[in-house]
Amino acid sequence: METLIDWSRMQFAMTAIYHWLFVPLTIGLALIMAVMETIYVKTGKLFWRDTAKFWMKLFGINFAVGVATGLILEFEFGTNWSNYSFFVGDIFGAPLAIEGIVAFFMEATFVALMFFGWDKISKGAHLASTWLTGIGATISAWWILVANAWMQYPVGMKFNPDTVRNEMMSFIDVAFSPMAVTKFTHTVLSCWILGAVFVVGVAGWFLIKNRESKFALSSIKVAAVVGFVASILTIVTGDTSAKMVYKTQPMKLAAVEGLYDGGTDVGMVGFGIINPNKQPSDDQKSIYAELKIPYMLSWLATEDIHGFVPGINDILNGYTTPEGTTVLSAEEKMGKGRIAQQALSDYRVAKQANDKATMEQAKSILEENMPYFGYGYINDKTDLVPNVPLNFYAFRIMVILGGFFILLFIVLFLMSLRRKLEKQKWLHWIALLSIPLAYIAGQAGWIVAETGRQPWAIQDLMPVNAAVSDLAASDVKITFFIFLALFAVLLIAELRILCKAIKKGPKFSE
Amino acid sequence: MDYTFFQNYWWFLVSLLGGLLVFLLFVQGGNALIMFLGKSDTERTMMVNSTGRKWEFTFTTLVTFGGAFFASFPLFYSTSFGGAYWLWMLILFTFVLQAVSYEFRNKAGNLLGKNTYHIFLTINGLLGPLLLGAAVATFFTGSGFHIAKENVVNLANPIISSWDSAWHGLEELIGCCGQPASNWWNYVLGLAVMFLAQILGLLYYINNIDNEEFIKKCRKALKIETVLFLIFFLTFLVRTLLATGYAVDTQTLDTQTHEPTIYTLPYKYLHNFLEMPTVTVIFLVGVLAVLAGILLTIFKKGFKKGIWFSGIGTVLTVLGLLLCVGYNNTAYYPSTSDMQSSLTLANSCSSLFTLKVMSAVSLLIPFVLLYIFFAWRALDKKKITSQEMEGDGAKY
Repeated sequence: METLIDWSRMQFAMTAIYHWLFVPLTIGLALIMAVMETIYVKTGKLFWRDTAKFWMKLFGINFAVGVATGLILEFEFGTNWSNYSFFVGDIFGAPLAIEGIVAFFMEATFVALMFFGWDKISKGAHLASTWLTGIGATISAWWILVANAWMQYPVGMKFNPDTVRNEMMSFIDVAFSPMAVTKFTHTVLSCWILGAVFVVGVAGWFLIKNRESKFALSSIKVAAVVGFVASILTIVTGDTSAKMVYKTQPMKLAAVEGLYDGGTDVGMVGFGIINPNKQPSDDQKSIYAELKIPYMLSWLATEDIHGFVPGINDILNGYTTPEGTTVLSAEEKMGKGRIAQQALSDYRVAKQANDKATMEQAKSILEENMPYFGYGYINDKTDLVPNVPLNFYAFRIMVILGGFFILLFIVLFLMSLRRKLEKQKWLHWIALLSIPLAYIAGQAGWIVAETGRQPWAIQDLMPVNAAVSDLAASDVKITFFIFLALFAVLLIAELRILCKAIKKGPKFSE
Repeated sequence: MDYTFFQNYWWFLVSLLGGLLVFLLFVQGGNALIMFLGKSDTERTMMVNSTGRKWEFTFTTLVTFGGAFFASFPLFYSTSFGGAYWLWMLILFTFVLQAVSYEFRNKAGNLLGKNTYHIFLTINGLLGPLLLGAAVATFFTGSGFHIAKENVVNLANPIISSWDSAWHGLEELIGCCGQPASNWWNYVLGLAVMFLAQILGLLYYINNIDNEEFIKKCRKALKIETVLFLIFFLTFLVRTLLATGYAVDTQTLDTQTHEPTIYTLPYKYLHNFLEMPTVTVIFLVGVLAVLAGILLTIFKKGFKKGIWFSGIGTVLTVLGLLLCVGYNNTAYYPSTSDMQSSLTLANSCSSLFTLKVMSAVSLLIPFVLLYIFFAWRALDKKKITSQEMEGDGAKY
């Protein structure tokens, strides 16, 4: 039977997944239509204005649902993760507030000008509004990813036993954490890819239907450049992300690779079939029919083909790196976590009794063991292992699709340069069928990011079962189904409206 | 500038955002009247397009209000949102209904038909302000909850904020299940906010829509709405002034929590108004401006600027009320079942460092308000007409 934690996680996952159906298109399409409008302003050709307007119409249909679900996500931190909100609210609340003040207002203000300002403001002011809408959306992505990155790699804070919470020590460390930078670049580039795939896919449909070929070819030209640049750059950001995960969340990397026993000279599994029954420390094979790229994982993680990469068993049982660094076993960490928690209890009792000496002593024990605080909540060390099959497959889906998009955009870009695009029906079909793939790739990436860090709500500090609100499972179950029903209806409506608007096509004034 | 200064500063900002949010609920108030006031399709289209060019401001202010509260008073965020779960979830649900309805209502293939989206807008228009008002009323009436920070290391049950009622917020609306009758007062403020939102919606239509026949109907409706608003608003105000409030004694530490003791004090909110003349002036000027906007619109022929008087008045009134419930050693989120668990500015706020960082960020707010002002003016320069709605340009 599902517990409160399960339903709370499901509700959050559903809202986040649903939100992520709309946001990438908002960010990706914003860039493409801003480029198109810029061409219009530069050349004065009404064709480009009308082309931009068509994509803006689709942008508008998509935009509102993204905004609406974003509201729910923000409030769900409080409604469903009350303990979490208190325990780290001192740090975590700031990026959300800044997102509102700096980004959302920009987006909200200029999106209204963009839609309704065509005859009310000057050409230049309108162009600025279009760019600012996209910039607002992108800045908003920055701050929400700062918040997400902080959960994965908590920095810039210190635990305060008097207030029983983590408190911010350095805003710069939080706002510009390397994890945030990596997440932002990788995520925004993935949005540009999705926007570009959407545009070439829809344009491909027009070409298949032999409609609006000038519009379709021109749209592909712009989108292919954006998609090409973005997909090449994701190789770099993907690589940085992997290194970041290796450094900060080795368990996630091991799960993604289905790697139980690590070591040096580790290859990367290109593809294979994961054994769902495999448990840590048993003798079963973890991956069947694996296709391995020798040395690749070591090189990807450490920039050295002989580099050491720990596996799930190593992390659970503790290990020593070739450089001689000893990493504690899960049980040792759990022990230290309990010591930290006991020290906090002792500190609070001593504080009640105004026993300064005991307070000092407890505080120093607490500080020493604080990095393992969250392990005190873990009862069984295997709870520290995330869902391996899910991460393994989701990661491969993301990477393989990412590779496919690079190829797609290289072909589209070259064909477009040589003006050979119009006749390639097969390519139009591939472009059209790629639209759902871009969504799948983005979702798969988030599945790795979020399920790969389980059981942690905040890495090493608080597992999800200590983060949840004091609710009955049935409460969350009911809201889950209410929102599921609402989201399903809205998604169907949205898709129908989108398809109708595409079928109607652009309207040209000249 | 010490810790107290920054706590007060952030309470001021949160209160100001609350005031701006209630002002911007004119979007909801206007939408609540779509089915009742808009008799023809053109009228409804004018109404939806009028509020539709502003809905994102309301939405964004709601999000920012939540974010700012989270950043500055995280214990409130974790206690109220996790505790009064259903109340907040209902609010969110109605706002989601609203957000999509503008864009979807008039589009081919919208699945549910135009009327359903009008119903969605109406539901949000009525329930949004009502529930937000009820949520704010609990600042005065209290809720049943316990806070035990030590529990974070209680491995069997690591719950910091626990809510008494298994109804999780519904008890704030339904005065049953052994809950104190004071919950009924939540409705009174809820209804006052709902009618105020409709007044503001009408005033905005009068300002924004250029259609004599329709405006005539708005002016007529305004009179009824004003009477209803005044009944509920004044009832709540009198109740508040006479009510026993929750005060903080900073001199005496509670034996259990070692924090300043919270105790009940008769006429606490009345005392607050008397002891803080600036807050009283803000509040009174606000109420007068709300009334001035309404009365000028009703009695002065051709007067269309009522929304600005009443809008600014609303911001000030709400600001005054929230300052009254937060300042002057008052527990702004009282617990009716465990008084020492009540939230005060000092016991629920972020660390000094975070408040300082956020204060630096808050310096951007005037800049944000400035560009909103210019964008708003640019969009509203041309009023909405039936011709525009029947024309070819961008519209919902």
